[in-house]
Amino acid sequence: MIGGWQGSGVDSSANTFARACAAGGLFVFGKREYHSNIKGDHSYFQIRVSEEEIHSHIDEVHLLATFDKETMEVHKQEVVKGGGILYDPSLFKPEEIGRPDCLLIPIAYSEIIQATAKEFHREKDIMKLQIMKNVISVAVSLGLVGLDFDLLKTTLEEIFKGRRAALAPMNVWAARKAYDYAVKDYQSEYPHRLKRRSIPASERRIMMNGTTATALGKVVGGCRFQTYYPITPASDESEYLESHPEFGVVVIQSEDEIAAITMAIGAAVTGARASTSTSGPGFSLMAEGLGWAGMNEVPVVVFNYQRAGPSTGLPTRHEQGDLKFALSASHGEFPRLVLAPGDLEEYFYDAIDAFNYAERYQTPVIVLCDKALANSTETIPWYDLDGVHIDRGLLLSDEELAVLISSEGTYKRFKFTESGISPRSVPGQRGGIFWKTGDEHNEVGHITEDPENRTKMMIKRMKKLDVAAREIPIEKKVNFIGDRDADITLVSWGSTKGAILDAMEVLKAEGIRANFLQVHLILPFPTEFVAQVLSRARRRVNVEMNYSGQLAQVIREKTGIPMDASILKWNGRAISQNEVVEGVKRVLKEQESKVVLTHGT
Amino acid sequence: MALKAQDFKTDAHNDWCPGCGDFGILNAIQQALAEMQLSPEQVLLFSGVGCFAKTPHFVNTYGCHTMHGRSLPFAVGAKLANPNLTVISLGGDGDGYGIGAGHFLNTGRRNLDMLYLVFDNGVYGLTKGQASPTLKRDIQTKSLPTPNINDAINPLAVALAAGYTFIARGYAYDGKGLRGLIQAGINHRGLALLDVLQPCPTYNTINTKEWFEGLEMDEETGIKKAANPRLYRLEETGYDPVVHDPNNSQEIAQKMLQAFQKSQEWGEKIPVGVFYQITLPTYEDRLKERVPALKQYTAATMPIYDRESGTPAVDITKALSELRVC
Repeated sequence: MIGGWQGSGVDSSANTFARACAAGGLFVFGKREYHSNIKGDHSYFQIRVSEEEIHSHIDEVHLLATFDKETMEVHKQEVVKGGGILYDPSLFKPEEIGRPDCLLIPIAYSEIIQATAKEFHREKDIMKLQIMKNVISVAVSLGLVGLDFDLLKTTLEEIFKGRRAALAPMNVWAARKAYDYAVKDYQSEYPHRLKRRSIPASERRIMMNGTTATALGKVVGGCRFQTYYPITPASDESEYLESHPEFGVVVIQSEDEIAAITMAIGAAVTGARASTSTSGPGFSLMAEGLGWAGMNEVPVVVFNYQRAGPSTGLPTRHEQGDLKFALSASHGEFPRLVLAPGDLEEYFYDAIDAFNYAERYQTPVIVLCDKALANSTETIPWYDLDGVHIDRGLLLSDEELAVLISSEGTYKRFKFTESGISPRSVPGQRGGIFWKTGDEHNEVGHITEDPENRTKMMIKRMKKLDVAAREIPIEKKVNFIGDRDADITLVSWGSTKGAILDAMEVLKAEGIRANFLQVHLILPFPTEFVAQVLSRARRRVNVEMNYSGQLAQVIREKTGIPMDASILKWNGRAISQNEVVEGVKRVLKEQESKVVLTHGT
Repeated sequence: MALKAQDFKTDAHNDWCPGCGDFGILNAIQQALAEMQLSPEQVLLFSGVGCFAKTPHFVNTYGCHTMHGRSLPFAVGAKLANPNLTVISLGGDGDGYGIGAGHFLNTGRRNLDMLYLVFDNGVYGLTKGQASPTLKRDIQTKSLPTPNINDAINPLAVALAAGYTFIARGYAYDGKGLRGLIQAGINHRGLALLDVLQPCPTYNTINTKEWFEGLEMDEETGIKKAANPRLYRLEETGYDPVVHDPNNSQEIAQKMLQAFQKSQEWGEKIPVGVFYQITLPTYEDRLKERVPALKQYTAATMPIYDRESGTPAVDITKALSELRVC
């Protein structure tokens, strides 16, 4: 774990450490926590590194890097007995730290920085060079765990390239000095080691966070129009797209989220694959627009990166509180699909599926992401695009439209069909003129309040959801992982997936057999499958990052099956592997029916 | 075959009140499009919500009757996704200057090549005559229980400050003049605001056709005559709205000042015509500079896949390589 005041380089040092470990073939999961503040407040980054695959963070800290007082005060109790604490001897005497049971490693940051400045004749820039505290702490950390310096050197040279290439030698020099110091004086006393993993020739791994994963998925999925209004943590996704103009995505920063969704809908009307990304408060503002898109059968894709609400809530902290809102946002009834990806692979592939669904069923698709994965850094396999395909549904080519008109006379945008889905033209096409309106309308799109038409139009729109439920394969709707005959069935959605999967391994080692039902597509709800699994489960427990167990409510509504117990958390901090283990034990051994988790700083 | 106004009409049922100013504006739109010989399929109209907002249903082009106040952002999205279309955004005074005011301002920052035409009658007609943002203070129209307590905004002055590059005012029953302004607004390469004054015969009992046109009944013949019309045409007074050198900041300041002053005239004499015009790079131009693919395609027409196999067209190998760790 590394901490410091916001803006002091915590993120970049964590990333450097993570990249160096990943370059050694190790599996990395990083979790970022920060205040709603630009500079000054405390932030920290927790990196878990393993020789085995991992998908979550844990509560224990084995090595804490500090260069300010606050990090020490906030986090020193999280360090395990025998763990290491890096500290600045100009701020603390060792006995002041109050952790005699830990290995305390003083780092004379200023001395190393001064020596570096002297070596590179940069004495006059000494203030600017303070940022090198980060690289120094990373180097000491890598030295302690026994990873090769080469990994760090290569990583630094990759980071400091192009315009910043001149900075590489200086950083490498300082890192070397710090690394040697750690190896020589402290490595033998530090009990935790990481070994490089030999990487099979066929293996390619990438490391990224959730917003980059969705951005890349959108690119592959054909999104060419993205709107956003600045909001944490969703903006990162749009900024990634904006900084990669080579993909051809038009990114528009709108004046508010109402404009963000209506611009995206306007673009979708012309045939562009269009999307907007936001978080809770912005999603609330988008509600009316969603309804217009539903009424007019416009394929628009909305990504909602959930964060703790209501209102501004905890704007930089995690929660899964928007599920029931996403299922019903906007007045009236219209079809929508709601996806809840649970890891960085699903973030990528769901972005592609979302556009396919939106166009195939000609209706809005909402993807529920969250802060935890948006800001988590993870090593994952290279994205395989072999099975990926684009499905534009009944979008008509000019030729198809001409054929349709010659056989049917006139084109009707909202023609009544068996599936409820009508062939779709776009402005500019000959003979494809349509009208769209938020009012109820007839087949060509003109306003009518005729009761018979209303009855039929509602059926036409709503039955698209039944078609989607039939067509979408079960493996896209749910994941059911683990021993079929388990002591406990954990039911969840979204980013809790990683902690649950990791916890299942721990539980297994302790003789507790758990399986995991991840509901991935929440609307249309995979009722039959979920009912089947749950009716056979010994003990049904929902794991959710909200107060009221929203998925459990949805499951009960759809299947009639109640949960036996709930494991819930809403303190704004993502769930850890340990917490899932603890929750399961409290349910099984203490017979608790509602476990409320509270870990995290 | 040359297009006629008839080609831009539809058979959708029109339920506006008899004598509504909307009819004049609708006719002017249809005639303007026909005179410009624009293909109906290349035109995309957007409107918000209100009586006026039904207009797209009566025009035989692609049309979207959207949400209250949101005509502009819908239109902005469509225009930026496919700049080859002629996109016209229709607003109302309550719709565009009230609930949609944020979009009115912020669209001014973007200079899209697009016309924003606002139906301005001072009242919320469809909800039975409440005061709109352009109704002057202390005026009490038929359905107001007390005189209007709010001041009115001046849309032309606001547009000037917001960055619109073509600012004009028309009048619903001035068919020829309005047609010309619509065409000028469409032809203007940049963002055009055309505010159109129109009577609401049902609810605005003050700013009536008689009021605007100074109509008085000749007692002997029983015929209404324009005795003292309030409206006059700017171009007939030698007024030059155009910034001839967009690099000359002094000329810009002078033309803006002049437009602001003219926008303050109201009451006995009300100017119509073009108040201000400047040609500047558009948002579409700026986007092309940033996103190379837009030099060849639009977002709406960019190939995203192989139609036969469904394979995505874009290659992200380079981006993934940048993220590769082992």
